[in-house]
Amino acid sequence: MAAKSRHLASPTSEPASVRWMLILVGLAFMALFIVLPVIAVFSEAFRQGLGAYWESLHNADAQSAIRLTLMVAAIAVPLNVVFGVCASWAIAKFEFKGKAFLITLIDLPFSVSPVISGLVYVLLFGSGSILGPWLKSYGIEILFAVPGIVLATIFVTFPFVARELIPLMQDQGSGDEEAALSLGASGWQTFWRVTLPNIRWGLLYGVLLCNARAMGEFGAVAVVSGKIRGQTTTMPLQVEMFYNEYQGTAAFALASLLAMLALVTLVLKTALEWRFGDELAATGRGH
Amino acid sequence: MEVRVQNVRKEFDRFPALHDVSLDIASGELIALLGPSGSGKTTLLRLIAGLERPTAGKIFFGNEDASEKTVQERNIGFVFQHYALFRHMTILENVSFGLEVRPRATRPPKAEIRRRARELLDLVQLSGLEKRYPSQLSGGQRQRVALARALAIEPRVLLLDEPFGALDAQVRRELRKWLREIHDRTGHTTVFVTHDQEEALELADRLCVMSQGKIEQVGTPDTVYDTPQSPFVFGFIGESSALPVTIENGDIRLEGRSIGVSTSEPNGSAQLYFRPHDIELIESDAALSGHVVTSRRVGGTRRVELDIGGAHRVEIDLPFDHPAAERSQIVFRPRRWTLFPDR
Repeated sequence: MAAKSRHLASPTSEPASVRWMLILVGLAFMALFIVLPVIAVFSEAFRQGLGAYWESLHNADAQSAIRLTLMVAAIAVPLNVVFGVCASWAIAKFEFKGKAFLITLIDLPFSVSPVISGLVYVLLFGSGSILGPWLKSYGIEILFAVPGIVLATIFVTFPFVARELIPLMQDQGSGDEEAALSLGASGWQTFWRVTLPNIRWGLLYGVLLCNARAMGEFGAVAVVSGKIRGQTTTMPLQVEMFYNEYQGTAAFALASLLAMLALVTLVLKTALEWRFGDELAATGRGH
Repeated sequence: MEVRVQNVRKEFDRFPALHDVSLDIASGELIALLGPSGSGKTTLLRLIAGLERPTAGKIFFGNEDASEKTVQERNIGFVFQHYALFRHMTILENVSFGLEVRPRATRPPKAEIRRRARELLDLVQLSGLEKRYPSQLSGGQRQRVALARALAIEPRVLLLDEPFGALDAQVRRELRKWLREIHDRTGHTTVFVTHDQEEALELADRLCVMSQGKIEQVGTPDTVYDTPQSPFVFGFIGESSALPVTIENGDIRLEGRSIGVSTSEPNGSAQLYFRPHDIELIESDAALSGHVVTSRRVGGTRRVELDIGGAHRVEIDLPFDHPAAERSQIVFRPRRWTLFPDR
């Protein structure tokens, strides 16, 4: 019987025992490092009941952190959409010197530690710099204020949209745009009616990842924020502050919101990949 | 609308793609730009369209200088090799696009746009597919949509870039015939690019044969086929054999031996070109003779490759049932031929 089944097994396939072993190891790893922490977050958040959970989310500091996070994302994500589309357009549709360098530069925020990204702004706008005191004399605060947080977030999340769009637009070429122009459309009409619809799902995918990172960024923001309670603490920073102050429920309640954001992002991302896989450059390449 | 291309030169990164090209296209004619890849034919088409700007020279539409005009202002219809249909729009929306994007002052009312788009879909025999998307059509159907879309803006000139290049042989032949019919019906001045000589010979009123960024010859299919003006055209259009010969007192000789034809060209060396079917079998010493290397049936004739000595090989056509086709030694001389003196 065993000999027979060995005969029927595909020649490139491993024996069943090895297959089960690998699957088991994979699942155990997933459970230990991903499922368990997520469950822990929610169980800690609800440990003292729904009432306490609800109350800690209505705490003034938590409310201000949520508002700040939403505001930062609302500024950083649209700006990165505009920058990302511009950069990908330039790279995909034109030939110019320094193109390869620009592509490398776009990837820089991915390869630099977020703490360094934050420190760059401290160096640029800190009290020891040239720019910082000059701006301060006009009453403009960058560091330890909202503008600094926004700048650091933009820097860290810049690659998401551009990296998704560049291969997609390179792949599509400029045939459709030329066709639109030859039919009498203006550059603006061509962009809105032809280019944008062609990249819409890729763009949405990039926006989704960009937003998740913008809301969840800790390192870069921690350096520039100054952690002024109720003013410059975003959700991830507030979670840490609550936790350090032994307010477990408050910390995990806020963390549960971030976890939910992650889960929603994951579901939407999967749905996009499933439905529009052929129109996404990221599919198969992975992130 | 007549189109005049005047001394146009085009360089890409200082690499010349077109050298000083001039071409007059008559109103209402169907002209083919024919040449191998890299000959500059697509560049010339894109220059006429305004998708590229000439490095030097001018392009006139009628009496109006179009050189400085944008592609939108030129009002041309362009059909791309890979269709470039807008994938997120239905067929009807694709065809309507050119009218929809017009400024309010010249844009027809919505109902009128729909009516005209339907009319064009009828012309290209695609009625009933209005609500489909490009991905749901076959290649041939897509190219017909692309043509309808280009015609919708009532272009002054219709430009087609290898329109049938991506289609299979059967569909190509059908669309070729159909394009000729559409042209005869609508009367647009039409320029199309192709590397397929059969397509060009069959479809076009005139051919413009190009090579290495230059125009080699312009003329009707008959002229170009029967009296090629350069060795390139002779070699590129139709089948031909070339032999290096010398001319001595009007006598054409190959390797010192007379081949039985004479010329009024002055003494010197030259290339002798002739087509496989332009030969006659004779019984004479003063002729070309060779033994059969390969022999294959091509339609109603037999194409025979002969080794005529001195490492020269030529191809000739014989009736497939001709007894000479079976012989190993064949004696012949060209009946029609052209000499291109070496310089």
